[in-house]
Formats: sequence, structure tokens, C-alpha cells
Amino acid sequence: MKAAAAGYVRANDLSHAISLLAASEGQARVLAGGQSLIASLNLRLAGETALIDINGVTELCGIALDGDVLRIGALTRHRELATSDLVARHAPAISQAAPLIAHAAIRNRGTIGGSLAYADPAAELPACMIALDATIVVQGPAGRRGVRATDFFIDLFTTDLGEDEMIVAIEVPACAPGERQVTMELARRSGDYALAGIVLVRRENGARVAFFGVGPTAVLARAAMAVIDREGSPDEAAAVLDQDIQPLDDVHAPASVRLHLARVLLRRALNATLAAEVGHV
Amino acid sequence: MTINFGNPDRPNSYIGRTVPRPNARRLVEGRGRYVDDIVLPRMLHVAFVRSPHGHARILAIDTGAASAVPGVRRVFTGADIAEFCSPWVAVLAHLKGLKSAPQHPLAMERATWTGEAVVAVVADTRAAAEDGAALVEVEYETLPVVTDIRTALDETTPLIHSELGDNLAFRRLHEHGEVDAVFAGAHTVVEASFKTARHTGVCVEPRSILADYNPAEGQMTVYHSTQAPHMMQSVIAQHLDMPEGRVRVICGDVGGSYGIKVHVYPDEMATVAISRAMGRPVKFIADRIESFATDIHARDHEIDARIAVDGDGRILGIDVDDWTGIGPYSVYPRTSAIEGNQVVNLCGGPYDFAAYRARTTVVLQNKAPTCQYRAVGHPIAVAITEGLVDFAAEALGLDPVEMRRRNLIRDDAYPCTSPANMRFEGLSHHASLTKLLELMDYDGLRAEQAALREKGIHRGIGIASFIELTNPSPFMYGIGGARISAQDGCTVRMDPDGSVVAMSGVTEQGQGTEAMLSQIVAEAVGVPVTRVKVVTGDTQTTPYGGGTWASRGAGIGGEAALQAGLALKDSILTVAGSMLQCAPDGLDIVDGQVCDKAGGEARMPLEELGRIVYFRGDTLPKDLPRELVQTRHFITSDYPFAFTNGVQASYLEVDTETGFVKLLKHWCVEDCGRVINPQLVDEQIRGGIVQGLGGALFEECHYDEDGQLLNANMADYLVPMAAEMPDMVIGHVETPTQESLLGAKGAGEAGTAGAPAAVMNAVNDALRPLGGRVTQMPFTPARILASIGVE
Repeated sequence: MKAAAAGYVRANDLSHAISLLAASEGQARVLAGGQSLIASLNLRLAGETALIDINGVTELCGIALDGDVLRIGALTRHRELATSDLVARHAPAISQAAPLIAHAAIRNRGTIGGSLAYADPAAELPACMIALDATIVVQGPAGRRGVRATDFFIDLFTTDLGEDEMIVAIEVPACAPGERQVTMELARRSGDYALAGIVLVRRENGARVAFFGVGPTAVLARAAMAVIDREGSPDEAAAVLDQDIQPLDDVHAPASVRLHLARVLLRRALNATLAAEVGHV
Repeated sequence: MTINFGNPDRPNSYIGRTVPRPNARRLVEGRGRYVDDIVLPRMLHVAFVRSPHGHARILAIDTGAASAVPGVRRVFTGADIAEFCSPWVAVLAHLKGLKSAPQHPLAMERATWTGEAVVAVVADTRAAAEDGAALVEVEYETLPVVTDIRTALDETTPLIHSELGDNLAFRRLHEHGEVDAVFAGAHTVVEASFKTARHTGVCVEPRSILADYNPAEGQMTVYHSTQAPHMMQSVIAQHLDMPEGRVRVICGDVGGSYGIKVHVYPDEMATVAISRAMGRPVKFIADRIESFATDIHARDHEIDARIAVDGDGRILGIDVDDWTGIGPYSVYPRTSAIEGNQVVNLCGGPYDFAAYRARTTVVLQNKAPTCQYRAVGHPIAVAITEGLVDFAAEALGLDPVEMRRRNLIRDDAYPCTSPANMRFEGLSHHASLTKLLELMDYDGLRAEQAALREKGIHRGIGIASFIELTNPSPFMYGIGGARISAQDGCTVRMDPDGSVVAMSGVTEQGQGTEAMLSQIVAEAVGVPVTRVKVVTGDTQTTPYGGGTWASRGAGIGGEAALQAGLALKDSILTVAGSMLQCAPDGLDIVDGQVCDKAGGEARMPLEELGRIVYFRGDTLPKDLPRELVQTRHFITSDYPFAFTNGVQASYLEVDTETGFVKLLKHWCVEDCGRVINPQLVDEQIRGGIVQGLGGALFEECHYDEDGQLLNANMADYLVPMAAEMPDMVIGHVETPTQESLLGAKGAGEAGTAGAPAAVMNAVNDALRPLGGRVTQMPFTPARILASIGVE
């Protein structure tokens, strides 16, 4: 199929992008890496959508450590996440997740801001944000605000982002000494959406476990976290996962298999954090 | 004329050598020419409105809004197209009882599968045509949908075509020997049920056609991504009511076909009809969704089968009940009964046994039509046969290799005829198995497997012997009334500079046909391979032929090229003898030079001979024949098909916690007779194995009970990809066919034929200690976990 005719504007800077977005009154979409948006345009799923191209907005680029917060610009490509020394040291869960995102050509173009705004429940990065308790920094005509990741992802492809707002950065608590992080997934083929995936973060003040590919959003596994925090075994934590995730049947696997695979991943991730200094490079 | 193929140092010894493909650089540099690269003056594009329902009556079509879209030139309904193109019914006389309903390019009263083309919108650009298509309003009344194979013939199941009386397209029962008595008296009988998933070919280049009707000369020129240009010429001429001589089909570069592009597609016939109606060039390129929904599917089979063996593991009988669903129509002109028919023909093929019964039941359903796809029926028959053989070996406590040793047809038993009445000229099952075991170090792998099982690692080894049908005679289609040539021809010409042009009726699909032809012609004439230019894919310039299907290019087209090349060599030497005042049979041509056969001394370069013949013919004797163009045709006569054989092995690891399968290594030893280009043959085998592995582990068209295709995209339909593929080791045994001088049989489908069975047997070998067994492809994590009671 061929995309329907649509408008296109290239934003010069962040304030220009925000003013264009506001002026479009919800009719425009922000074009970053375009790895999901262009495909949906070509499938004519997005309608006759005007595009605001932010690829020239340098304020959205860059990765920096600010005290104990790792700040990642929204326009950061997946390949940069995978190769950044700062990300490897201060957010190893993201560093482990990035190579699992699709294929090299997609990682070269796709951005962290785009992935989070799209909110695909099978994507790796939303689960990373939830597990890391990251803050999504968004900006609109009314100014800038930070949203906790757990409040940002509302439903399937639905976020807290206002129609006149865009993601400008992500703020991740830097990995503390002794903290362990592990990202794992089970995908049929390299680069596929996983049948189930996990991001496990073990901090001094408690464990955080997020799953992806097992429901309408990436999900924080609170019941399993409680078992881990009271030092239950991996089997005990896996046993309560049905309270945390309720997958659906689809062409790739029945719901029961996804739940089973999530349990396998939780046991494997917990054993990995017990066995070695995972997450410290 | 003989060629000493056994001597690699013979002159011009291109046959048997890896020679670079002449078209590889062009394709790698992006300088190929596919149909979509062709732009003609006044060209239009067509987009189709397709049925969103599995089965629906078309009540009304409103094309008003679509016609008003800027750039839209015309909108055609089924009735509009029917004025320019007659319907077809895909039956063949030798498939007794096969029935189907008349099919039009666009649906008429009813749409019968999701994706069937209903309305065609023609515009200046594809985007404008899609803008128009989005505004066409079709009012449907949904009708009951038939999706399940086993209940398709029940009295309570609605009929897809009421005029046919039932949903049965074809049924064939073949019986040989006293089957019931053999099973009743056997030491051991093992039963199993198998399913092979409906899947499709997924060509890199989608189906593509550009039809250009020129009213001023009454000529239809069709640029088509196809395997069979002459077949398409005949079909287009017949259904557009034109003389065949006024239809020219040109097939340039093709980005893969695998059987997908050897059929008549309604939307392509509509495109040709539109060009006829409008007198302008019209292009249709299927997009990926259209490809999934309307390319032919295949392999949708459910089978109950059993095997009877004696106490020593000798196979006494095989009994197969095969059911397959083919969609709402038999596909034109090859029909959709062939795949089930092949299952009947091929089950038990490698083995020496007495009693055989096989029945195939081919039913209609409201899903995409199925038809011949790479290795037609073979992966199904091999999975049934090799699955049963392994299960019988397990029941008797025999090693799978020993089980095969006791039952494979002896290598000195040929010629012979199988219980399915297939005639074998010469096969090498035992020699191939011996070579396979050496290549894979079978005993070493078994030891490794046992050691790892102690550590809780579950690896499996699977073996699959197979036969492959190649080099078909008219017994495949021609005797049934189809205008599909089993003969093929080649014209070879020497030009003044001593270079050679070869025009062949077989076609290049990206698999290397032109490389194979160029080295055969180079050897036959005696010129460097770089001096041979091969032309294929044009009904107006090449000899009449069948094209690419059933692994016939090398065996049929190659022999025609060899004979034409040898004939040209004779013609050249006749002239050379006159010019050099010596007997032609004392001369030879080596590396582009006429030379003395005895001493090898160079006498004259071919360009000198060319200069004299073409520009100074006055210096030659008046009555000297100087025909530097020769054509030869070849058709097989002694056997209906040239069967090949081979054996594959898979080594893999099953993660028994997740149900994931990791392919570790794969081996194939096969016997395609004379190997012309070892690298091309090996890569054909590897590519075929990859497609077989796709069927075993990944590929499945998921339809819901309403006939909706749920995974018509590359994210949800899992094709096998490089990262998951194992190393593949290929070996050969060569048993040339005696039917031709070349001795080549086909190699294009062997990999696909055996790979799924090898993987199935390996998975079950891995699961055996846990009591698991899988027989439903693809072997997904869910199916593997269910078989061992996990989750």
C-alpha cells in the first residue's frame, strides 16, 4: 500500500516543534525514528496524518549523568542506548534491552522517545522504564512536567501524553552500588516481539519486576515483588505471577503459555541476580 | 557423441564446476530489471477492493465516489471485467472426478475468501488508485463460512458452490496388496496423526504484472514475474479471446517464486483485461498484505496413518488417510488436487514394502486457494513416512538408522516400481545414508547426546530419507489437457565475433538457471563461459518451453542446451573443415579456438571463422552448409518422472522449560544425478532446507472460524531467518539418469522435501525421555510444552 497524502513540517527547535504541535490541534503526529509511524501510515492505519519532523531538534539528543540521575534525550536512537558507556554503567537494564529491540536497521533509526510514546506492550523500553522507576519528561505549551513511568502507560498504545505534548527526555535513577539489573526475553526469532520479557531491578530498598509482551501494557509485578522482598524463593515468586499478569490468547501462544514463560523468566532472572554480579559492567 | 564427465581435465570442462553466475553482479549492484522497474508511456496502476468476508453475497457496488477521486481513470466491477475475460474451471482429465466452479477475475455474485478481488480501481498512480479503492462501497450479505477440513463434507455443513452438490473437490484411493490382511497379521502396528500447517511462499519480490495492449497492432505484451511464460501466453490468449501469436509474455528478473508464480491469479488476469479494455499499459504489484491473502497457500493437511512391521522391523504395510483443504476454487490451470495426489504417490517412497493404501480427500473451504508450492506434497509425505518409521523403530527398540537400513530399497534393485506405482530408474538410498552417517559422525553425536542428557540437556537427532519427483513428462499435466509444455528447447547461435547466444524456454527465478545453461553451452560448443550470453523469459524469442517448475530446468532445459550446443559445434566444424582443408571429425573446439583433435594444436580462432561466414561467405564453397544457429528440444520418454533421492539429518536442542527449539546443525546427502554447478546445487539444497525448516518450526497461516486471516504480515507470519538457521552440510551421490546425455535430475526441492521430517524426528528424539511426541507442525513452544505436560 501507499500512504495517503499528508502534511510534513520540519521543526527547527523544541519550541518550534511544540508550537507546531499545538497549532495542529491533535491532527499532527510527531515523527522521530518513524519505525512504527511510517509503517502505520503506509498501511493507511493512521489516516491522513500531518507529520512534525523532530529529527533536527538537537535539544532532544544526548545522554548525560546529572548527580544520581541518568538523563536520556527523547531522540536517542536504540543503537546509542546499546553502545553508550553511560547507559551500560548507570542503567544496565536498558543496555541489555537495546540489542533485543528488533533488527539493526530499526535500531539505527528508532528512538527511545518514539518507543515510549507509541507504548507497544510488547516493546522492551516501556518495561525498562517501569522497572527502573524512571520519570518521563514531557513538554507542551503549558510547560514541562515529569510523569512516573508507572503512571505514564495507561492502556494499549495509550499514554498520559496530552495531544499537545511530546516526550523530551527520560530520567532514570542511576544504578547504585550493589544494585542488580537484568533484562531477558523469549522471542521465537532474533528481533521478534517476545512471547514474554522481564526487566528485574534489585535495589537496596526492594525489588522491581516489570514484564512485557504479556498484557495490554508493560506491567509491574507487585505480588511477585512482595514475595521477593520478603526473601521468598524464585519458585514462590513465580507462583504468584498470575496475580500480576493476565495475558491473552493470540496467534503466537495461548495465554497459559505466556504466563508459564513469564514464570520461567522470573526464575531465570532471579537466579541470574543471585548467581553473579549481573548489571555491573 | 559422449562426454567424459569423469575426467575433470577434459577440454572446456565447465559441467561439474562451480562457475560464477553471470547475473550475480548485476543483481547485487541493484541493476536488475524487475517488473516494477519498468515504466511505460501512458501507464496506469490498478488497486483492488478485496472482500473483507470469508463468504458473502455481493448485493450492490457504488463506485461513484471512487470515480471522482483525482487521478482515477476508471473503476471495474466483476461484470465489467467479464466482458473482456472469460471464466475458467481448473480441472484436469487425468485427475478423475476433480471438480471446481467457474472463476472470474473479479468476484461476481459472491466473494468466497477474505482477500478475493471484487472491484478494480485504475488510476494514474497506485496511491490514487488506493484513494479510490477506499471510497468504493460494496454492500455484502454475509454467508456461512466453511473453514474446517474434516467437517467440510458433513451434511450440515453449508455448500460453497451449490451447483457442485458438495464441498468435495477430489478424492483418490490407491490400494496395492492385501492391506487389511497384512495389518491384521502384523507383529506390530503403529498409528499416528499428523498435521502440516497451511503456509505460503513469501517471495522477496511480490507478484507483479504489467500488461500493455496495443490496439493499433492487436498485440498484448505482458511483463510478468512468472515461472511459465508460455503457459501464461496460452492462458491469456484463450481467456481474452486472442490468437496466441498476438500475446507476448516477457519475464525479466524474478525475485523468487517457489511455485507461487506458476499459477493464474484472478487479479493478474483482471489487470490484463483492463489493459485490453483501456488500450493502455496497466501495472499491478501485489503489496505484502495482498501477497499473504491472495498468493497461493499450501500444505493444509490432516493425516491419520499407520504402519505395520514384523518383529525384525521389516515394513509390511503403510495405510494413509490424507485430508486437505484447498480454498474455494481449484487453482488454474494446474489444479489444486496435485498436492493431495502427490501425498498418495510419495508415501513410503524410499522403502521396500508390499501393502499400501492411501486416500486423499480434497475439500473446498473459504480460505485462500492452495496450489503447488516448492516440493509439492513431498514434505507431507516424507513427514508421514519418516514419522511412522521412527515410531515403529521406537516400538521395536530399534535405532532409527538400523530401521532404515533394513527397509530402504537396495541400491542394486533398480529399475523398480513402488507400491504407489512410481517407477524408479536408479536411486542410491543406502549409499546416501552411509555418506550422511560419515558426514555427521552419527555415533559421536549419539554419545554426545547421551552425555548431555545426564546433565538435563535434551538434544535430538532426526533422520529423514526421501524421494523427489523431478524432470516431469507430459504425465504431470499435459495428459490432463493442460497446455503446459513438458518439452523444452534451446537455440544456440554463434555470432561473427565467435561469441555464443543461447535462448532457452526454461526461466531464471533467481536460482541460477542462466548460470547452469551458460556453462553447459560453453562446454558443448567449446568456448569460454564468459563468451556465452543466455536469453530466457520471452515467448516471442525463445524456443517454446515449460519454464521453471517440478525441478526441470537443468534436467530438461539443460539437456536441450547441451544438444543444441553440440549441434552448433558440429556446424562450426563443418565450416572449419572446409576452410582448413581437413576432415571436420579431426578437429575440435577448445576455449574458442578450432584446433586439431589429436595434438590440440590451435588452427583458427572462432572470430576468424565468424568473419568468413558472415562477411566473406563468397570464399566458401557454394553448397557448404553454414548454419551457425541450431535448435534442439528435449522431452523425457522412458519414465514419467526422474526420481531423485536423499537423506537429511537434524541435530537440535529442546529447552524443556520453554518449549523453544534451537537448531544446531543440519545435513543433507542427495542424489540429483549429474551435478552441473556444485555451488548452485548446494545453495539450492540449503535454500530448500530453510523453507522446510520454516514449515517445521515457524510458518502457519492462522485463520479464525470466520475465515479471517489473522497474521497477514511479516511480524506475525514467521518466516525462517538467518539467525535461527543452523550450519548445513551438503553431500552428494551421483546416479545420472540414462535418459539424457547430461544425466542431470532436479535438485530444487530436495531440501524442502526432507527437512520438516528430520526436524520432527529430532524433536521427538529429544522429547522421548520425557514422554513427549509432536506431530503437528509447526512445532511451536506451546505445542512442545503441551506434549510434555508443562504449563
